[in-house]
Amino acid sequence: MLHYIGKRLLHLIPVLLGMTFLVFLIIRAIPGDPAQVILGQQATADAIAALRLKLGLDNPWYIQYFDYLKGIVTGDLGESLRTRQPISSEMWPYLAATFELAFFAMIIAIIVGVNAGIVSAWFQNSWFDYLAMVIALIGVSMPIFWLGLMEQWAFGIQLGWLPTSGREEVRDPVTAITHFYLIDTLWQGRFDQFIVVLKHLFLPGIALATIPTAIIARMTRASMLEVMRSDFVRTARAKGQKMFVVVYKHALKNALIPVLTVVGLQTGMLLGGAILTETIFSWPGIGRYIYEAIGFRDYPVIQSGILIVAFLFVMINLIVDLLYTVIDSRIKYN
Amino acid sequence: MRKGKLYLVSLMMLLIMSLFLAACGADDAETSSSEPSNDSSSNTDSSTTDNSSSSTPQVLVFGRGADSVSLDPGIVTDGESFKVTQNLFETLLNFGEQDTTINPGLAKEWEVSEDGLTYTFQLQEGVKFHDGTDFNAEAVIKNINRWKGGKEEDFYYFNSMFKAEGEDIIKDVTAEGDYTVVFTLSRPQAPFLKNLAMSPFGIGSPTAFEAAGDKFGDNPVGTGPFKFTEWKRNDSITIEKFEDYWQEGFPKLDKVIFRSIPDNSARLNELMAGNIDLADGINPSDGKTVEGDSTLQLIERPSMNIGYLGLTNTRAPFDNKLVRQAVNYAIDKQAIVDAFFEGRAEVAANPMPSSISGYNDAISPYPYDPEKAKSLLAEAGYDGKEIELWAMPVPRPYMPDGAKVAEVIQKNLEDVGIPSKIVTFEWATYLEKAKNGEADAFMLGWTGDNGDADNFIYTLLDKDNIGSNNYAYYTNEEVHSLLIQAQSETDENVRNELYKKAQEIIHDDAPWVPLAHSTPLLAAKAGVNGFLPHPTGSDKLHNVSME
Repeated sequence: MLHYIGKRLLHLIPVLLGMTFLVFLIIRAIPGDPAQVILGQQATADAIAALRLKLGLDNPWYIQYFDYLKGIVTGDLGESLRTRQPISSEMWPYLAATFELAFFAMIIAIIVGVNAGIVSAWFQNSWFDYLAMVIALIGVSMPIFWLGLMEQWAFGIQLGWLPTSGREEVRDPVTAITHFYLIDTLWQGRFDQFIVVLKHLFLPGIALATIPTAIIARMTRASMLEVMRSDFVRTARAKGQKMFVVVYKHALKNALIPVLTVVGLQTGMLLGGAILTETIFSWPGIGRYIYEAIGFRDYPVIQSGILIVAFLFVMINLIVDLLYTVIDSRIKYN
Repeated sequence: MRKGKLYLVSLMMLLIMSLFLAACGADDAETSSSEPSNDSSSNTDSSTTDNSSSSTPQVLVFGRGADSVSLDPGIVTDGESFKVTQNLFETLLNFGEQDTTINPGLAKEWEVSEDGLTYTFQLQEGVKFHDGTDFNAEAVIKNINRWKGGKEEDFYYFNSMFKAEGEDIIKDVTAEGDYTVVFTLSRPQAPFLKNLAMSPFGIGSPTAFEAAGDKFGDNPVGTGPFKFTEWKRNDSITIEKFEDYWQEGFPKLDKVIFRSIPDNSARLNELMAGNIDLADGINPSDGKTVEGDSTLQLIERPSMNIGYLGLTNTRAPFDNKLVRQAVNYAIDKQAIVDAFFEGRAEVAANPMPSSISGYNDAISPYPYDPEKAKSLLAEAGYDGKEIELWAMPVPRPYMPDGAKVAEVIQKNLEDVGIPSKIVTFEWATYLEKAKNGEADAFMLGWTGDNGDADNFIYTLLDKDNIGSNNYAYYTNEEVHSLLIQAQSETDENVRNELYKKAQEIIHDDAPWVPLAHSTPLLAAKAGVNGFLPHPTGSDKLHNVSME
């Protein structure tokens, strides 16, 4: 097992290296000059040339690339061209914000998606099944920005139940320790703030959870239907087991493998794919951070941001692969 | 199977209930009423100012489109940074409350020598920086020397305003006693005083910037009515009342929180939900919604911008003056203003708005006259080749909806026989390509920095600025000599005549189609008083109070 994990981690190196190289080339291939963007529309040609020199943008690309790699090896993710802040210290609050939102969304997606999928399979072709699958189809096809704005309008403005942007009540700001606000507020015993933070998570969480919920529901249903037709389910039923026990104990465990795969992939997607949700709900997360960096051609931030997200993505996949062995003891990695 | 049905129904109920409870189960601090929702009873915020009065602290939450880049005004160029620094720092001179006239600031009086080369400023006494350092002549000199000694890419605005052909316009700054500063210039500069009033030239505490070096922007220290408290990047910046502010009775607010809410509609939603008190960047199309809501007020920012359709003068067919004039006749500017600016803009005749000194009001916009356009095109021998029409990808105050305006222009051009294809790029790419002269016709605009004609006409249309802001690649030697002369002409009347003449030539050459001078919109809760938006976009908040 440890041997397997070690091998997998070694495999990561060429993958991530190839990715840094690709990202490096692609962002330099798009037109637009960071120096121009940083100095704004007013910039003179001289000022732009001087800034390019200062930022090392006039070096040949391979020298820039090796400088960047050298930095990464020593744990230095570089400095933002725009804010002139070291990225390693700048990145964490954004990453934490996205983690908090993504996990919240994923928990919603798993609870709702898995249960809806199970019930749909259990009562195949019932009204619930049809309704759930129609909703899932709508969920997959709904544009997130539209859903987000509608949520804000309905729950924020019309009903006044939930806040519609940001992570906290700015008039009573959270003192950040870990930057996971749910943890920070509990840590400081500020339960009032904890509730406020939770409320801020709700609307963006639901918006972000929509697509994975729908995908998980469909996957669970398909996978459950297959398992429900198998011999052992019939045997269990014949032995007089309650349907509930059969479904949730015997069938679910066997149906979970493909579901887990989807959960892993979707979690990875949420980390990078939260840009729209983060923009609509003014959520200061990593997606928006990278997106804005692209607008400003902030090369180091784009490179390091994508590197971190990619690293997390492959790590999540590794964890999912390891979880298979927990769920299904027939799977062994030697 | 009945049990199964029961289970199914109860599961559904459970799901619905849990969502419902989570949504409304918590306390109701965020009701959509217009009262401030800060919970004063549990306010354990350590940075709350110690109010001697028993009233709740006055906190204003200002929603805007993006975060600041840095809070060192000397090194930034973006409006979102100046919006904050304008309240932390003060300049030697101030603009008027809602115009760009020159008023006392940290300097209470000034004298200009006959030859326009020596400026003597008498400074306010008894002013302190937020860190307790005294403001005096020495502090001013240290600030100027910091900007002067820095590299061009560090103190961009200083170099762009106070350098010409590589030479420092401010030759020397000396002190005569503690509260008198003398600037000696290497050449007369007409807009010198206006330049000094610009946000980038806020005076910082020498103690602080000498200690912080290039990290000064993370912990800015000025003499302004508010001092810096906290910055959560991409989220919020908090500034609070400076108790030792030199102007008695100001600021009226205890705290201002600038929140970044990138999406215009989401920002308006937040205002309507009562979570912010003031929002800028309101779409013209939302103006009516705000006006129809009794809990809100719509606020107009005085206009100091121009939105235009640039015609690249070096590319066919726009290398022919007759074709450019034809396009000016072909476009129905009034219809565009009515449809997309909701009438909150005036049709443009010149490259700068009428509020700017030197504006030529003898010139009127090209009338909408398709027939005249057709005859000019025939005279020019235009071949009917399709052109590319570039539509702006982002909303800007001077162009709220580039894509829709482009469609109208496309139709106008088609009516006179110019076929066009609308193209667009992401913003940074758009600017880069337009700057390289790759566009045929492109939309763009400009918001003035200091309310001076030079900052519009020279910046946007002089041959010196081809490759930077003269995106139209317009060159006219006569205009160039008029503009250069005007830069060092200190007699206001003579100077205005020079600009008027330049506008005449430009009007005839038609390097652009000037479209509109828009009135940018903000919205606030009904109880926000004393907020006067400034045409430059940098608003002072010392006079704002809340009911």
